[in-house]
Amino acid sequence: MRFELTPRTTVSPVARALAPVAAFIVSFLIAGFVIWLMGRSPIAAFDVYVLQPLSDPWSLQELLVKATPLALIAIGLSYCFRASLWNIGAEGQYVMGAILGSWLALKTHGTEAGFWVLPLMLVLGIVGGALYGLVPAFLKTRFGVNEILTSLMLVYVAQLTLDYLVRGPWRDPKGFNFPQSVTFDPSATLPPILESGRVHYGVFFAVIAVLVTAVILGRTLFGYRLKLTGDAPRAARFAGFNSRATTMAVFAISGGLAGLAGISEVSGQIGQLQPSISPGYGFTAITVAFLGRLNPLGILVAALVVALTFIGGESAQILLRLPLDLTQAFQGILLLCVLAADALVSYRIRLVTRGGGK
Amino acid sequence: MKADVSSSGPPLVELKGISKRYGDLLANDGIDLSIEPGEIHALLGENGAGKSTLVKILYGVIEPSAGEIRWEGRPVAIGSPVEARALGLGMVFQHFSLFDELTVAENIAVALSGEWNLATVRGKLGEISRTYGLALDADRAVWTLSAGERQRIEIVRCLLQNPRLLILDEPTSVLTPQEAEHLFATLDKLSADGCSILYISHKLEEVRRLCRRATILRAGRVVGTIDPRASTAREIAALMVGSEVGEIRTDAPHVPHGEILRVDHLDMPPAGLHGQALKDVNLVVRAGEVVGIAGVAGNGQSELFAALSGERLAERADAITIAGRACGTTGIDARRRLAAAFVPEERLGHAAAPTHRLSENTLISHAATEVSRSGFILLSAAKRLARTIIKSFDVRTPEGDPQARKLSGGNLQKFVIGREIIRKPKLLVVDQPTWGVDAGAARLIRQALVDLARDGSAVVVVSQDLDELFEVADQMAVIHQGSLSPLKPIGEWTKEAVGLEMLGVAQAQGGAHAV
Repeated sequence: MRFELTPRTTVSPVARALAPVAAFIVSFLIAGFVIWLMGRSPIAAFDVYVLQPLSDPWSLQELLVKATPLALIAIGLSYCFRASLWNIGAEGQYVMGAILGSWLALKTHGTEAGFWVLPLMLVLGIVGGALYGLVPAFLKTRFGVNEILTSLMLVYVAQLTLDYLVRGPWRDPKGFNFPQSVTFDPSATLPPILESGRVHYGVFFAVIAVLVTAVILGRTLFGYRLKLTGDAPRAARFAGFNSRATTMAVFAISGGLAGLAGISEVSGQIGQLQPSISPGYGFTAITVAFLGRLNPLGILVAALVVALTFIGGESAQILLRLPLDLTQAFQGILLLCVLAADALVSYRIRLVTRGGGK
Repeated sequence: MKADVSSSGPPLVELKGISKRYGDLLANDGIDLSIEPGEIHALLGENGAGKSTLVKILYGVIEPSAGEIRWEGRPVAIGSPVEARALGLGMVFQHFSLFDELTVAENIAVALSGEWNLATVRGKLGEISRTYGLALDADRAVWTLSAGERQRIEIVRCLLQNPRLLILDEPTSVLTPQEAEHLFATLDKLSADGCSILYISHKLEEVRRLCRRATILRAGRVVGTIDPRASTAREIAALMVGSEVGEIRTDAPHVPHGEILRVDHLDMPPAGLHGQALKDVNLVVRAGEVVGIAGVAGNGQSELFAALSGERLAERADAITIAGRACGTTGIDARRRLAAAFVPEERLGHAAAPTHRLSENTLISHAATEVSRSGFILLSAAKRLARTIIKSFDVRTPEGDPQARKLSGGNLQKFVIGREIIRKPKLLVVDQPTWGVDAGAARLIRQALVDLARDGSAVVVVSQDLDELFEVADQMAVIHQGSLSPLKPIGEWTKEAVGLEMLGVAQAQGGAHAV
């Protein structure tokens, strides 16, 4: 006896629309069960994880702050994933963007450099991420090296480079030997949208990226090219699309957006370089991209949802003494449920009994 | 077991009133069919007549909406291919289900259950190959094999399980005449050993060669069960298509005009380890003529197609000249802009993206069609174009703008050929235009090719179907091991001469290959 997935002949659009909702409910139930096993009240946990962050102005701001890099990176990744190219190294591209952008901030530190510093930093952030993203793309197109391995391994190279810089050449001499750079000048700081608020202009970058990507993927030949490359690579070549150029382009785009996220975070949030500038945004963004079904608007929503689990996880750690690892587990459960729900919309499960069994 | 077709026992398998409904479409409508032990039974019908559906029901891939299957008189429910195989059914699909990265032996072992492992498969493979003339190298990776060789794997895989009923779907569509004759001998031998065979084909001559009973389907219904040897090919075709099949009109005078395509001393290294290099290929095609390229599968046809289309580039620009422009080193887009059009052999995955809608699939030849402007897709123009193709080429679709994979082979082929013909290219290169396509669709496609040439385009048809080439071509050449024979008017070719060229014998006897 075994189960078999058979494709449905017709897929109801209603079911497709409701699938994520069902997935959320199921994943909440599973997570609640785990929390109950750990001896806490699932209802209290739901309150801490979901309701409190959504009812508190500070948390709502924090939600946007955390969702911004997730959305930016995930949007970039959606270009790669649509073309079936697996960029797992967004975290490294994020860090490299932050490093290159910060270089300018540190170079101009204490000078009278003007308004041009910040825009140029952002550009350098994009360039840094894009160039770093092009490394696995080049290795793949030139030597046929698997991009999953190279992009992932380059994450550690980037992280260790950052570590070296903030402990060595870029360390703040007046920083009491802490491994961190000087605090950026105001001219190198991405300002908050509201005075005294925490939400910086990076939010707009994310929104712009979503809108532009929606147009590119849905309405342009380049968007079709990615879809065709992912769905039928031979047909893509037949259509005249050069697969090497496609690979280079999507890695540059996704690296560039990850780099923009990195420099925005450092410049707008942290205000200086330090050994760790990301709670794993680059990896979590992979989840976000698939939660959003590689659809730009879906990714925006998914980024907010996943950001919620970050914030809820932090409060749960404080208020309920639940381990922070549970947040990652919950993100995993969520992704699994969404993928399962999507599969069940397109396929139905059939119970198959062996010939002798009837 | 030794069986006689006229034995008084129950039929090996009997289908009674099988129906299958997909939404509004009745793919099978009360089909009755019985197969005696040891019988080779033909299933004939146009694409979309319901043959695939019926066979999938029999093989447990899909469930019938109504009806009954009896196996040796006993009602059975075949819930899955595993159960079908357990009963003694074997199936060779038209579209192969093989893992490209694995070797021949691994592909076979992976599909077989229990007692089979790599060593036993390897041992038995040699024996089966010899018995049935199905030469296979156990350790070659599948991606290096030709379509014909891939099919042999599928056949051997079935034979290893000693099936009682073997289902073959369009088995000769990828075989050379010699290979096909081998296959027929294999099937005769299997039949004599008591194995029943359900043989699905569009090639009437084959059916008459092999079968004494044929069930003909049209629009999901059985329109007759006949003895194919007692009926003429024309009568059978009429039953299938529902009207008399007309001859291809080639009587219009063949008036070649200016030169459109020139291939000049084209050399190209093989694409893969086991690919075929092109050696000093020369060819001139003029406006107004159809040039046929015959040859046994795997002799460089796909390489020639890739070189002509620009999917692979030549070393010298002047190796290929299209409409007066040397373009051996420019890609497929640039050649499309020179008003060239191409239709590759594989419909799904090469000519069209299976999961994309037909309107999206018009974008594949975007370089030469009005479906995009400055990088933006003109969605309504693409939809309009798809509708026009569907109408002009009688493409039967389950819905207005379906995914490519939802079309039957013949209808998708009409679509991908229509997509190119509709923009009246100066040059059309088509590889295996009627591969696995039913008689009606094949006739429409061939007529369209001939008409295109008569309207002043140059048409190159690469085909393994000799009858097809004799029907449509004005001139013909034969490709053998990457070399092209001289081009000669079709009237000067005899089948024997073509056969000699296909086997490379003519070459050995001398004769410089000048154009």
